[in-house]
Amino acid sequence: MTTPFMEVRGVSKHFGGVRAVDHVDCDVNGGEVVGLLGHNGAGKTVLVKLICGVYQPDEGEVFVHGKKVSFTKPRDAQEAGIETIHQTLALADNIDAPSNLFLGRELMTRWGTLDSQRMDHEARQIIARLNPNFTQITRPVRAMSGGQRQTVAIARALYFNARILIMDEPCAALGPSETRMVMDTVRRLKDHGIGIFLISHDMHDVFEVCDRVTVLKNGRVVGTQKVAEVTQDDVLGMIILGKNPAPKVAA
Amino acid sequence: MRALLSRSGLDPRFTSMLLALLLMWLVLAALTGGIFLTPRNLYNLSIQTCVIAVMACGMVYLMVARQIDLSVGSLLALTGMFAAYTQVELFAPGSPWGWIVSIFVAVAIGILVGIFQGWWVAYQGVPAFVVTLAGYLMFRGAAFMVSDGQTLAPLHPIYQMLGGGINGSIGVVASSCLGALACAYVLWRRWAQRREMHRYAVQLPPLWLEALKVGFQCAAIVAFVVVMNSYPDPTHADAQGHPTGKGIAIPVLILLLVVFVLTFVAERTRFGRYVFAYGGNPEAALLSGINTRMVIIKIFVMMGVLAAVAGVITTARLNSGANSMGQLAELYVIAATVIGGTSLAGGVGSIQGAVVGAIIIQTLDNGMVLLDVASAKRQVLIGLVLIAAVWFDAFYNRKEGR
Repeated sequence: MTTPFMEVRGVSKHFGGVRAVDHVDCDVNGGEVVGLLGHNGAGKTVLVKLICGVYQPDEGEVFVHGKKVSFTKPRDAQEAGIETIHQTLALADNIDAPSNLFLGRELMTRWGTLDSQRMDHEARQIIARLNPNFTQITRPVRAMSGGQRQTVAIARALYFNARILIMDEPCAALGPSETRMVMDTVRRLKDHGIGIFLISHDMHDVFEVCDRVTVLKNGRVVGTQKVAEVTQDDVLGMIILGKNPAPKVAA
Repeated sequence: MRALLSRSGLDPRFTSMLLALLLMWLVLAALTGGIFLTPRNLYNLSIQTCVIAVMACGMVYLMVARQIDLSVGSLLALTGMFAAYTQVELFAPGSPWGWIVSIFVAVAIGILVGIFQGWWVAYQGVPAFVVTLAGYLMFRGAAFMVSDGQTLAPLHPIYQMLGGGINGSIGVVASSCLGALACAYVLWRRWAQRREMHRYAVQLPPLWLEALKVGFQCAAIVAFVVVMNSYPDPTHADAQGHPTGKGIAIPVLILLLVVFVLTFVAERTRFGRYVFAYGGNPEAALLSGINTRMVIIKIFVMMGVLAAVAGVITTARLNSGANSMGQLAELYVIAATVIGGTSLAGGVGSIQGAVVGAIIIQTLDNGMVLLDVASAKRQVLIGLVLIAAVWFDAFYNRKEGR
């Protein structure tokens, strides 16, 4: 058996008396999409922030390619090849797409100044691959549509050659065609052997691209199932009732 | 027309601010019977503007990053007092080292205070408004304690030059050379930018418009140099015994250096980019792996250094250190920054705007002094102008749908 790209073992996080994440186990392999599902407040976003170094777990361990890691800040996770697309997109509205794309990891000239032209050029190329209609990238992000903002956030995750990608509700604010663009991107990345955690509320999207789903309720894992072996109703039962589907009786 | 404006790269807000300033000058010239536009008054105006403008440049960074500093006036007094104390009490009168060391002392105090205030804001989460309000009280008190309330004088003659007084300018020849260099720089930059835009296949603005713009900039530079050169300096005479012109004042050169460096930092360095990103969305900056606390501390340190520079200019100009220096300066600095188009909500700001804002405030102040308006009335009017500027911004932004 191969080591998972990323494995989370018994991770917990408390906020005061609230156990936001309670002994959670989950993992993702290369070329696999794992859906993280659950109600609002189930602990998905906190789990994401634990994996990408924003929060530090109170208990438990995280392994990347079989090696134990402990991230103290987002940069640590980025350097370990983990890119995160946050639910809020984490874009600074007042600066343009290339500046956001390279925020925190700017390309510099020989003299230690910002290499704006190269950043513009690189940003233009990667954004054109994702969304060919999106050419006006040097405007403040504030002036962009939801899909364009999402494109910038995805481009930022892809540019730095992530091996593991965490997408927190990437389609929440998007129209149908933009959702299609994101789903196609997810599929393409999966084919390139990237491991993806996908958080979504849309059962249709989940069943379209995910290989497995891990369902959370009240901070705990209800169960992990292979998508091919369950129905949408089974998964909804896990989310709402916290009940695993009855095992199919082997004939 | 609007499309043409946006393509020309002319910032409509900045342009209208310049036009408003020009209008003010014409009105004041008419009201004062031309006294306002005499070289002597404009030379004084240029010096008066420097102290506020230098600190306003730092305030732009702070306000872009959603912070504020109410302590700059008190900090100016504290750093200035330390500079004066060093020269008067620690070194023999006329010692060539005293004034050099005193500048380092002032800047060091500015840096320490910046670290102190920045640490409370960034690491302890106390709002900048509260920390710097406390600083406003503390540093004014500390300035008093430096010399037990006494005024410290006199200061070294070379040091006094930094204030723009006697010998405090660079003369006709150097001013002219500098003006020519500045014009050459403006031309070269425009040309380099056009070449770059061409290379990246961006549509170029029409050549006549660019020529007009560069023409205006160079005309402004030439006009400034000519006016400064035509203010006679009684202490210098040419071979025939006529006084020569003063030329550009040294504090103005200090201001230009500050503007140049801070504009470069804002546009071309990581630090500048992070300041703007933090102002736009602090959470995004943090999630992008930026050490946002360090960024905040650095901005406060920068403000401390600039307050020290302002303290040096002020003491040099007064030829003494008094603990009452810089009173109300923090409010003038914030007003200049806001009039210059920096948003209190963060994320938006311009250094050149803040400098023009400072010139506008000093113009009103100076003009009304010439018109013999009482200082109480001056304050009322400057307050109204501040409201008008912010109102204009809000109105304009609503119309533009931003």
